[in-house]
Amino acid sequence: MREGVTEMSQRIHTIHTVSLWICIVIGIIVFGAMAYTIYAHRRSKHPEPADFHEHLGVEIIWTIIPVLILAGLAVPAAKTLIDIEDNSNASMTVLITGSQWKWHYQYLDADIDYYSNLATPTTQINSCLIDLFCDLPDEQGIAKPLRESNENYLLEVDKPLVLPANRKVRFLMTSNDVIHSWWVPDFAVKQDALPGFINEAWANVPEPGTYRGQCTELCGKDHAYMPVVVDVRPEAEFDQWVEDQRIAKELASGQAVADREKTWSLAELMEIGEGVYSTHCATCHQPNGEGQGTTYPALDGSEIATGPIPVHIDRVMNGKEATEMQAWAPQLSDRDLAAVVTYERNAWGNTTQDVVQPRTIFENR
Amino acid sequence: MVAHAEHVPHRSGLAAFIARWTLTTNHKEIGSMYLWFAFTMFFIGGALAMGIRLELFMPGIQLIDPGFYNQFVTMHGLIMVFGAVMPAFVGLANWQIPLMIGAPDMALPRLNNFSFWILPFAFTMLLSSFFMDGGAPNFGWTFYAPLSTTYGPDSTDFFIFGVHMMGISSVLGAINIMVTIFNLRAPGMKLMEMPLFVWTWLITAFLLITAMPVLAGVVTMMLTDRHFGTSFFSADGGGDPLIFQHVFWFFGHPEVYIMILPGFGIASEIIPTFARKKLFGYNSMVYATASIAFLSYIVWGHHMFAVGMPLWVEMTFMICTMFIAVPTGVKVFNWTATMWRGAMTFETPMLFAIAFVVLFTIGGFSGLMLAIVPADFQYHDTYFVVAHFHYTLYPGAIFGTMAAVYYWLPKWSGHMYDERLGKIHFWTATIAVNLTFFPMHFSGLAGMPRRIVDYSLQFADFNMLSSIGAGLLGLTQLFFLYIVIKTIRGGKPATDKVWESAEGLEWTIPSPAPLHTFETPPAWPITDAREDQAARV
Repeated sequence: MREGVTEMSQRIHTIHTVSLWICIVIGIIVFGAMAYTIYAHRRSKHPEPADFHEHLGVEIIWTIIPVLILAGLAVPAAKTLIDIEDNSNASMTVLITGSQWKWHYQYLDADIDYYSNLATPTTQINSCLIDLFCDLPDEQGIAKPLRESNENYLLEVDKPLVLPANRKVRFLMTSNDVIHSWWVPDFAVKQDALPGFINEAWANVPEPGTYRGQCTELCGKDHAYMPVVVDVRPEAEFDQWVEDQRIAKELASGQAVADREKTWSLAELMEIGEGVYSTHCATCHQPNGEGQGTTYPALDGSEIATGPIPVHIDRVMNGKEATEMQAWAPQLSDRDLAAVVTYERNAWGNTTQDVVQPRTIFENR
Repeated sequence: MVAHAEHVPHRSGLAAFIARWTLTTNHKEIGSMYLWFAFTMFFIGGALAMGIRLELFMPGIQLIDPGFYNQFVTMHGLIMVFGAVMPAFVGLANWQIPLMIGAPDMALPRLNNFSFWILPFAFTMLLSSFFMDGGAPNFGWTFYAPLSTTYGPDSTDFFIFGVHMMGISSVLGAINIMVTIFNLRAPGMKLMEMPLFVWTWLITAFLLITAMPVLAGVVTMMLTDRHFGTSFFSADGGGDPLIFQHVFWFFGHPEVYIMILPGFGIASEIIPTFARKKLFGYNSMVYATASIAFLSYIVWGHHMFAVGMPLWVEMTFMICTMFIAVPTGVKVFNWTATMWRGAMTFETPMLFAIAFVVLFTIGGFSGLMLAIVPADFQYHDTYFVVAHFHYTLYPGAIFGTMAAVYYWLPKWSGHMYDERLGKIHFWTATIAVNLTFFPMHFSGLAGMPRRIVDYSLQFADFNMLSSIGAGLLGLTQLFFLYIVIKTIRGGKPATDKVWESAEGLEWTIPSPAPLHTFETPPAWPITDAREDQAARV
């Protein structure tokens, strides 16, 4: 088990080590006795079996000794548990919301919130049967699967959760759809995110650094592609980051106004839309728009992607109830939504020539 | 397996064959059908496991896309639990309980036929979901809501119906076993004189009739949530997805012991036979089994430590769970003491029984570690858990069943199995089991979550080892199939007693066991005048 960096993860590591060694010692004694008897009391060496089959004293002893060992294990475990469950006196709170298949982080003490998506490109994930036959050249031109040169394969995100070092941070966990579980092994924090309920956990990380974990509760198709990355920074740098976010947000809203005022061409939107589609849509609807069965319908030639524009915009912005098709309005900008709708209406066999402008999306919000 | 046909009505060929096996009420024939059914399901579930391990052989997506992978994981679990392990144990119970207590048949033979014949239909329905639009159930064998309710594929309804049918089959089977044990023992056989296999099955039957209705309840709640507008598991309507987990694990934990207690019974039959020495601590074995069964009802929360339960609840479940180690330890010590100063020989059943004890104990150790809540926050839902329960189920339930088959197959078929092949099977299976599941401890501790189709590079070596082991394990079980068929078709004739110092009523009847045995109750306790008994059969 990883020792981790927080006081709690190190205490848990100690409990793990102690219990493991207790098991090993008991194992050596019991298996040793069995090995001895298998060797010494085989018929060729010990032809006459003994005739005992009860001994109250021995039976009482080997009932009581395990009880004592267990009590010895339970007490420190209980103490640690009490400390883990003490969520008081946190200096800041982050609301973590799981959804299929990304994490959303919201800093309740600052006006910051964003989604955190897997950053490993699908070209590294998908491969043919045997890697040797589908090698791709890396930057140096050496033929080698890209995956193997990526030490953070599947454990990298576009925007990590940024936290300050040496502060007690409280996490509130919830979910928008199914149950997820947020786990960072180095903090020993694993907490389920339940739809409609809020769970608590906390961490106080002494060391700045990048810590990686994953979703640990089966949450549907892309359960394996929902990593957690936490970027812990020294306090001063963290405060600077909060300030940067505030400025960035102002700039972004300025950008959004500019996007709305501009009239975009089909080509411009298609180019942006292709990128948005491959990041967010292609995992289910496939890069070629063919979908996967009825669960993830084809967009190529589909009724919605070639029918009335408002219906298409509504489906992309608001999703479809009780399916994995989620509402994208809160997740993407007006420009990206306009681009992806435009892209879907004009990609593959779809040739509507419709152009959806960011301002149309804005009016639909 | 028994080639007697005196009760067949006058039909010919295929019709006679079908009529014989569909209409039979004979406990031996039904027992054989249960075992063959379980064996078939074992290979289907095993094929799914091979698919899983092939995909996990290397990082990246090579063969199975993520959605399909989840279907594999789900169906592997469901089929192994409900289709392989449970029917195999019921099959052994059908064959052996009447023979061991001196009963002519099960107490309710027609019900027995019914409880078996539900199963092929239930599993045909479950497996057919692979071919449906939207695919098979894909939410794990634990089918947590809302993944299985709001977000489940259409085939979830077939799954629900299938689970109901399996539940009916199990409950009826359990009732039959209880009634048989309570009413049809040889005159004079006290409860505390019954063979331990019978005892463990009696306790298992109680677990079954209490746990399976809870499972039926939870799938019914799913059904009404999906189609009739209730919100048991949805916060939108005032429900709670955690209610699902509490109800499911209230079934699920007793279920875990349903899948292991008969194995304890098997080991307790086999080890004394080959140690040539009576079982050490018979009474404490019975009490330990009963206390494990009792504790199984009050520990379900240990599957849910990460869901956010109150502190005192976590503490209570931790302490209750740790207590299970005590009776389990007693059993292991008793088996060791049974071997102690015996005169042991190591035929295949004994080898499997010893491997059962050793490897199950390893699974017990990891179980103890998992019970410790703070540490469980790190182990929960990782491959450490996968390693843990496969160590209890594979060398536990499945090696237990294999030990039983090698032990009793000569009695059933009248032929000895090939000892050399049996030993080859044992050693390859034991090596393969450890090669498959031991590295999972390490990948789990290193931080690999369970049920993921693709993993980061640090886990690659462990996964490759597990996959190689799994491939070997699959092959050894095909070899087992070959050994079983070879034994049924011929081989050295088995004596009535089969094993030199075997004890119990089943060894007083001829080999192969005739279709009808103990039509008049045997004498109890068994006298040395075994000829008298043979004559009476």
